[in-house]
Amino acid sequence: MTNNPASPMTHIYLDHSATTPVDPRVVDAMLPYLTEQFGNASSLHRYGQAALATLEQSRRTVAGILNARPNEIVFTSGGSESDNLALRGVALATRAQGAQPHLIITPIEHHAILNTAAQLEREFGCAVTRVPVNRHGGVNPDDIARAITPHTILISVMYANNEVGTIEPLSEISKIARARKIIFHTDAVQAGGYLDLDVEKLGVDLMSLGAHKFHGPKGVGVLYVRGGTPLLPMQTGGSHERSRRAGTENIPYIAGFAAALQIAQSERAATNARLLALREELVEAILERVVGAQLTGDPKNRLPGHASFVIPGVIGDEMILGLDLAGIAGSTGSACTAGSAEPSHVLAALGYPAELARGALRLTLGRDNTEAHIARAVEVVADVVGKLRRK
Amino acid sequence: MTTPTVVVALSGGVDSSTVAALLVERGYTVIGMMMRLWAESSDDDHVLKLDASEKFVSNRCCAPEAVADARGVAHQLGIPFYLLNYEADFKTRVVDYFLAEYARGATPNPCLECNRQIKFGALLAKARAFGADFLATGHYARTRDCAGKIELLRGRDPQKDQSYALSLLTQEQLAHVMFPLGEYTKTETRALARRFGLRVAEKHESQDLCFVADGDYRHFLRRHAPHTLTPGDIVDTRGNVLGRHTGIAQYTIGQRKGLGLAVGEPLYVIALDPARNRVIVGRAAELGARELIAGALNWIAGEAPRGDIHITAKIRYTARQVAATVSPLPPESETGARARVVFAEPVRDVTPGQAVVFYADEVCLGGGIIQGASAPEPGSTIPASARPDN
Repeated sequence: MTNNPASPMTHIYLDHSATTPVDPRVVDAMLPYLTEQFGNASSLHRYGQAALATLEQSRRTVAGILNARPNEIVFTSGGSESDNLALRGVALATRAQGAQPHLIITPIEHHAILNTAAQLEREFGCAVTRVPVNRHGGVNPDDIARAITPHTILISVMYANNEVGTIEPLSEISKIARARKIIFHTDAVQAGGYLDLDVEKLGVDLMSLGAHKFHGPKGVGVLYVRGGTPLLPMQTGGSHERSRRAGTENIPYIAGFAAALQIAQSERAATNARLLALREELVEAILERVVGAQLTGDPKNRLPGHASFVIPGVIGDEMILGLDLAGIAGSTGSACTAGSAEPSHVLAALGYPAELARGALRLTLGRDNTEAHIARAVEVVADVVGKLRRK
Repeated sequence: MTTPTVVVALSGGVDSSTVAALLVERGYTVIGMMMRLWAESSDDDHVLKLDASEKFVSNRCCAPEAVADARGVAHQLGIPFYLLNYEADFKTRVVDYFLAEYARGATPNPCLECNRQIKFGALLAKARAFGADFLATGHYARTRDCAGKIELLRGRDPQKDQSYALSLLTQEQLAHVMFPLGEYTKTETRALARRFGLRVAEKHESQDLCFVADGDYRHFLRRHAPHTLTPGDIVDTRGNVLGRHTGIAQYTIGQRKGLGLAVGEPLYVIALDPARNRVIVGRAAELGARELIAGALNWIAGEAPRGDIHITAKIRYTARQVAATVSPLPPESETGARARVVFAEPVRDVTPGQAVVFYADEVCLGGGIIQGASAPEPGSTIPASARPDN
């Protein structure tokens, strides 16, 4: 008795910043490790040896893309765990040496960073500075430099923002961090499929990634940890991942991570060019068709498929509902805060008043989207906004 | 022609879930929506600590389990489900009204306000904006199109009839609502829920006052409107002080227990006097009222009768209908359209703030908010059978 008016047959998915479908090639790369090749990578027999070989091959693949050494790659359960391990691991390792650690973050970080930093502040005696961002969501590296104190041990700035798509100036910040011998972490979860992940060019010491943002499976991520970075493990047990993250390695998902990253990064130039063209079309049409709509985030320096707006006179959640009923999947900002009445912390940090921030709309494109999808989405957004404004 | 689209207001309970299943079966395009309303949170330690000694009963609106149940039913039926946030609206229009009414010595019925302003106000408007033709709820009442006018009828189950709580709705609202359960008894609803295999088929009834954490409005007032709880005198109808009260909002008309008076014969609260912060008590014989004045009158047909009409009236949700004559009065700016309601025989517990609702047989004609009652005629006694609460 299904009569879902929003059946997948007619649905257009424009929420790729929330998650993406797993690429069939990635599924193929994962499947053998769920069945025949099920071994535990710690086992001595040939089942274990096969699993270990896959684990280390995956690690080399990821390391190659990041221009890192294989032993600097730690597999985790996803972006949030990587962020947690980076912040808590460094802060508590430093604290164990007797210092009172100071951390610098921005107010537009993902909650995995914000709430971890807040807990370190509240429960572990750390100090945290939240460096403001400009109207476009950009961090000024000079502001980071000014926030540094003799106790600063870690700077964490996201590579690209999930709600407004703005790309942060990591290499400039890293020069400042390097000069002051401060560890530099970036949450690159949104950037993983679209931007250059070379840790040497970026100058980062720690980098978080999650596979499901680039057509890999959910539940697997990476924390890049530059050799020599102090890191207290958060999950203790066996000596897996060089004792930085205990637990039997999730071989099928790790293989999936490597395959997905490799595909996304090798097709990156072509994908980005296509997404950028579609996004420009979308942004232009929305700004033209929806009276009062404003683009949020940086107009140019943003993720290629990322379009975000504030639309006065409507409530974001209701807009998403109307879009969904008409077959368009979008979001207000972060999928993690959907359903809460609180206005976005990101838009607040960018200086948007709460009333306007309530009308947030994020449409994030993926490689399966077409010009027809964009045209349809623009029609639906204009129609839904019109109906909601009348009521 | 496309099938009509209906938004079902889901609560996670058996009634609204069954409505959704029925409408899907009948071929409508169904959309599930749940309103997140303001409620005291069990996480609000600072609120509930005040009542640490009192038994905490989970009675919150939109508890996570209720949302999960509604979501589960929607998934089972293959309909979309959306949770809409109406906390701010509900707090202002219903909870604040509830507190203000108690503060002025009245006994409000928040369900009527919620139906008028939130469910069939904000939510209905939103459903229409999303292109739905109707909003359906699990109320036990019926509507009938009578020559272009929509009539509101009592539900077929006399035990469950909820037309009282819908009596303030207008033609515009009723034209776009569906109450499929009006045709069924509660027992039949449960049987339907079982037939549909709904996970909530055996779920227990929800309580009134969905926003009060422990279900006790007196505790709620203590937590949220302590200023209404100024102690004062309990007096008899001649003004003799008989004892002390803990705040007039803690008392309701007709109340006998908990007065703390050591007097020979049973005494009842017969009036509350906010101006002098007094609770007025009297003997059973002093309880009845022969007539009342109602304000904020709503006539479902859209217009007031031209002269006196003979109807039956109900002075609270649980009361039985008694014969009465309604005479429209000139409107006042404060209270809107008004009417005098004269009962065929005196009735007990006429309570300002409650609704008086008018019926012609099974048709609900409308209602208004009780402003005040007139005292019974001297020497009259009220037979126990006249007490409407039974």
